[in-house]
Amino acid sequence: MDNAILTLNGVSRSFGDFKAVDDVSLTIREGSITGLIGPNGAGKSTLFNVIAGELSPTGGSVDFLGTNVSRLTPDERFALGLGRTFQIPRPFGRMSVLENVMLAPMDQAGETLLGAVLGKGRIRDQEEAIRKRAFEVLDFLTLRHVADQPAAKISGGQMKLLELARVLMGDPRLILLDEPAAGVNPALTEILIEKIEELNRNGKTFLIIEHDMDFVMRHCDPVIAMAEGQVVFEGTSVEAQSNPILLDAYLGAPLDA
Amino acid sequence: MIGIISYLVFFTTVASILGIAVLGLNLQWGNTGLFNGGVVASFGAGAYGTLMLGGPAQDGHLGGFGLFYPLALLGGMLAAGVLAWIVGKLTLRLRHDYLAIATFGVAVAFENVMRNATSITGGAQGIRGFERPLRDVLGDGFTYNAVFLAGVLVVLLLVYVFLERLTVSPFGRLLRAIREDETAARSLGKSPDRIRLISFVTGSVIIGLAGGLYGTFYAFVSPQDVLPILTFQIWAMLIVGGAGNTRGALAGAFLIWGAWTFSGWALSRFAPVEAQLYTGSIQFVLIGMVIVGMLLWRPQGLFPERLIVSQPGRNREKTQVEGFT
Ligand SMILES: Nc1ncnc2c1ncn2[C@@H]1O[C@H](COP(=O)(O)OP(=O)(O)OP(=O)(O)O)[C@@H](O)[C@H]1O
Ligand SMILES: [Mg+2]
Repeated sequence: MDNAILTLNGVSRSFGDFKAVDDVSLTIREGSITGLIGPNGAGKSTLFNVIAGELSPTGGSVDFLGTNVSRLTPDERFALGLGRTFQIPRPFGRMSVLENVMLAPMDQAGETLLGAVLGKGRIRDQEEAIRKRAFEVLDFLTLRHVADQPAAKISGGQMKLLELARVLMGDPRLILLDEPAAGVNPALTEILIEKIEELNRNGKTFLIIEHDMDFVMRHCDPVIAMAEGQVVFEGTSVEAQSNPILLDAYLGAPLDA
Repeated sequence: MIGIISYLVFFTTVASILGIAVLGLNLQWGNTGLFNGGVVASFGAGAYGTLMLGGPAQDGHLGGFGLFYPLALLGGMLAAGVLAWIVGKLTLRLRHDYLAIATFGVAVAFENVMRNATSITGGAQGIRGFERPLRDVLGDGFTYNAVFLAGVLVVLLLVYVFLERLTVSPFGRLLRAIREDETAARSLGKSPDRIRLISFVTGSVIIGLAGGLYGTFYAFVSPQDVLPILTFQIWAMLIVGGAGNTRGALAGAFLIWGAWTFSGWALSRFAPVEAQLYTGSIQFVLIGMVIVGMLLWRPQGLFPERLIVSQPGRNREKTQVEGFT
């Protein structure tokens, strides 16, 4: 595909003798919302960690925007526009929710030692702009009322939303979401999807791990399925719903979409 | 009366100097979560550096460059910074307890080098004969000590303002994020290794500054000044005051230094003669008990960290973080 944003070439990751990700090759199209499904332990989150650079692959390579990023650290990959959330939220616990979100933007003038102490106007203006955006994101994700709470004190569902808020603030081109809807109430999930689709229309690409089949089938296209570390299906969501392997191994019963 | 005042001047000077060191440690541990178990190495590097650079030429050890005092003090800070940079490069990949052990080891090695590299450091004799700045003008008496205290307070204030500004800046936010969750910070494009090194070196330079002032005050430094007990004292100050809170760190310095001096006095006065031989050891045990007790009953310190909403230049909104352990 000519507009590939992410390409995996035979990516593997083992833990000891156990192959959590086993020779995965796939391509994510720029501008898509790709769903990644598979049973517990299939290796989905491990694959995310390899793509984001948190884990190094034991084989294969990761290409992002046409360059091999296999040797880059997670922060270097983020700087190129590759952002991700964690399945188990990782809030900065003793910082306010607002600060959690304000941290994310890249290239803040006040993030250097000297800039922090000597800088004045530029940093203040930048901080104001960042704060304004942070409040927009918090508003949208219904987190505004906890903006001043320590992040460790908000609920599990709110932490999932905070994960999303942070990565959105960083403004990456490709966003990997690990079960963004898990633990989030249904009404909010709907809003979340709307936002994802809106961002998608504005050019962002998503790769989403999700167990909620309704979510995946309605909103993700294409769909990739993994089992035991390998890709067992790749196709459109329509194909996915009639695929015997998936019906059998994962979906259990046909869906009415 | 004069006796009391001059004692208070003396006490405040030492407490303030130690307070500067606590502020340096607070940057490392309170803000960045770096467990520096070798505070005394930076302190010593600052003290030895300052006295060697600023002292008169003499036999028996390296130094005696007779530098203009502020340059000597800067040199001491530089020595502490270079040492921290080397140590940091080697050990900052270590986390928590491992970092603590490694830095503790460095500090013990530092003390041994000071004690044994006689031709460079004066060995057990230390660095003597340092002429305190402005001594020819102010003499050696009360006036000198009062002026020196004023100077120390100015330095303390500068360090305090520097660190307060840093805490509420985006850089401070970055430090706290790395302290809280390095992996998450990295996933948001931040480079923890580089930032940890900057924080470690900056904190050590501040500790080195404290060491330089300490050496200047006594016009003398020897291996006895760089024993592990000083590391523990400074840690006790930070833990009692409240890690992450600049004002708490300062309050801790005064409280612990007060308790230390008082316990020394009380032991010498009221303890049975046989016990007085062990005053130092008893104090050592006491300080250990203070640290452990504090960690058990009030781990956030007397003045807990505030939840800072970084707003440089704005009236900042600060809410207290409650109930963290
Ligand atoms: N750091 C690790 N060390 C050892 N084994 C690991 C590690 N991380 C993951 N695994 C193993 O790799 C396999 C895949 O885990 P992974 O988290 O990728 O699954 P997943 O598809 O995300 O599952 P879930 O849907 O439950 O989140 C699991 O069997 C897990 O135990
Ligand atoms: Mg997972």
